[in-house]
Amino acid sequence: MRIIVGEGSCGLAAGAGAVYTRLKELLAQGNPGAVLGITGCNGMCFLEPIVDVYENDGTLHRFVKVQEKDADKIYEAVSSGDWSIAQKLAITPEDEEFLNKQTRIALRNCGVIDPENIDDYIAHGGYQAIAKILESGMTQEDVIHEVDVAGLRGRGGAGFPTAFKWRAARDSKPGEDGQKYLICNADEGDPGAFMDRAVIEGDPHSLIEGMLIGAYSIGASVGIVYVRAEYPLAIVRLRKAIEDATARGYLGKNILGSSFSCEIRIKAGAGAFVCGEETALIESLEGKRGMPRLKPPFPAQAGYWHQPSNINNVETYANVAWIINNGGAAFSAMGTENSKGTKVFALSGKIARGGLVEIPMGTTLREVIFGIGGGIRDGKEFKAVQLGGPSGGCLPASKLDTVIDYKQLQATGAIMGSGGMVVMDESTCMVGMARFFLDFTAKESCGKCVPCRLGNKRMLEILDRIVAGKGEQGDIEKLEDLCYAIKDGSLCGLGQTSPNPVLTTIRYFRDELEAHIDGHHCPAGECRELISYSIDKDVCVGCTACARQCPVGAISGTVKNPHEIDPALCIKCGNCKTACRFGAVKVN
Amino acid sequence: MSAQELSDLSLIEPTLDAYADVPGSLIAILQQTQDIYGYLPMDVMERIAERTGTPIATVIGVATFYAQFRLEPVGKYLIMLCQGTACHVNGSELISAAITDELGIEDGQTTPDGLFSLKHVACLGCCSLSPVMMINGKTYSSLTPDKAKKVLRQLAAEAKEGAA
Repeated sequence: MRIIVGEGSCGLAAGAGAVYTRLKELLAQGNPGAVLGITGCNGMCFLEPIVDVYENDGTLHRFVKVQEKDADKIYEAVSSGDWSIAQKLAITPEDEEFLNKQTRIALRNCGVIDPENIDDYIAHGGYQAIAKILESGMTQEDVIHEVDVAGLRGRGGAGFPTAFKWRAARDSKPGEDGQKYLICNADEGDPGAFMDRAVIEGDPHSLIEGMLIGAYSIGASVGIVYVRAEYPLAIVRLRKAIEDATARGYLGKNILGSSFSCEIRIKAGAGAFVCGEETALIESLEGKRGMPRLKPPFPAQAGYWHQPSNINNVETYANVAWIINNGGAAFSAMGTENSKGTKVFALSGKIARGGLVEIPMGTTLREVIFGIGGGIRDGKEFKAVQLGGPSGGCLPASKLDTVIDYKQLQATGAIMGSGGMVVMDESTCMVGMARFFLDFTAKESCGKCVPCRLGNKRMLEILDRIVAGKGEQGDIEKLEDLCYAIKDGSLCGLGQTSPNPVLTTIRYFRDELEAHIDGHHCPAGECRELISYSIDKDVCVGCTACARQCPVGAISGTVKNPHEIDPALCIKCGNCKTACRFGAVKVN
Repeated sequence: MSAQELSDLSLIEPTLDAYADVPGSLIAILQQTQDIYGYLPMDVMERIAERTGTPIATVIGVATFYAQFRLEPVGKYLIMLCQGTACHVNGSELISAAITDELGIEDGQTTPDGLFSLKHVACLGCCSLSPVMMINGKTYSSLTPDKAKKVLRQLAAEAKEGAA
């Protein structure tokens, strides 16, 4: 029997470490023939910490939201074979649907294998693709052709065909004493996207194998993974995976006895969103400020140290070994005309079941949000879904039947992006959301192009005025002018797409913008300057909870009598609303 | 230690011996410097410039470009409050206000006793557990203003115990 604790970053944040330690203690006391192990995130973040118990015949018992104290119950069930002991912790059939409705390629091993054990990866078909290539003598073109047939496009945001990039890098010649480089963009910077972290933490060898195949195809002997510094666990696991793969001969000189040699290095990023742009990433790899270069030349011609370089993101590489093993046609059998295979989305926000969702292209947003994600939590109304982070946009309910496809999503004004999908309910202000993203891009603009550096700042100032109730007639038109100027006048993807959140807000939520400007009113009740709090005398039971939480003493009242908020003192922090268990605090 | 005091330059020498002549290593050197000193002291950056043959303006240019680098010492506990989209939607602003209310510091500041520093950071990637904060490598999830305050009080008590 095997007891497996999900130890991805989210599992650990939810307390998986303590559960593991407790199970270890219990097993040390009296071992019922069970082995304890770990796995990465299986994507069911809303149920963390998760403990999977596999019986010897492979039967799986999955326990969810397991706290330290619950470990004893699981141990008891394992020891006695009486699973009813831990019945309360068992996953419900509804929650199981979250995984059952998915098709997993990039995440195929996440939550299944032990990421720190290379043998587990190999036992699940790992390193077979690179072995097939090297042992059957597939040429560079054979491999690229397979990726071409698969129709794989970059999963980092822009959606550029992978085979096209690989061919360009293969056909470029390095300079004298130079070499080609294969780079992995693991600088997952979009707020709201975390699939790359899950892949590195949960299945680092699939990234290594995908990179090896890419390196072979373009003729690179060095691979570099540029990882965000905010992902310490991912760096630790990837480092171990590289060491193990090197020790087994999957990395290094003459891989599997062939003439192909490749090493992989890790470079930790230092925190700059713009480094997700490929030329800025290369500048950063060279130890410089991460500012984008003028293209052309493209990285395929002159990238890292001005040598031919190919850059893809983590999710893209994680698909490659599967494509070689199963054939490009199996991959392109899924999806739509111009978007093949699957895509991973990070579902979060006001969603009932948040986590990682991998589905075939062509699935509707509605199916992802309601079918898999279980809809909005706490019985509230769906209002919008944000796709593509700071480069994307918010789509309203009327766009829920849009299918996931690069072209179709772009037509809505949002983008596929890296796969962040943040769901919002009626309590989220869409103007505030646009302001939130502009605040982000204004801070993260590298400053090279004036329209991006100053334009985003000017837009932020306008939105700051609007959410403060000081919007003026003509603000929307001013915003639109700035949006197009920034789009046209910026070198890189950051500036070219930073106006998208504002443009989609104007397009789909214009009435909400106008309510702020014309009526000085925030329909969602979120913009602090435009709202006031009051207590409904008929609902208040006088429990004093709100008064005790008020940091400025603005709430008066005696026990068992309705309380009152003094608007002159109130700083609108919202503590009272959070504290009230009776829903008596109203936002006006 | 105040920023004006002289740093022990010998601590950075092994790093410089290893990387000073490797092209493209400036960011890695600065990362190690911050691991050693807790921040990037000016005199150490001058030493890095000298050993690597890089103009000091370039060194400071890189140090100020990336969010990870600090030019001032931080408190014993560095509170990294996530400002990602999911955390924003789920009320990270209220958590920020609660921390300010509890400690009297805003983003980028350190408490006078040198115990806590607050830093707003980009998405930590724990979106399903939002809002979250990370303190010295440990993630605290599904925060409420109350829960955040409790965590800070507990850490303050632990620090006091440790000092006694």
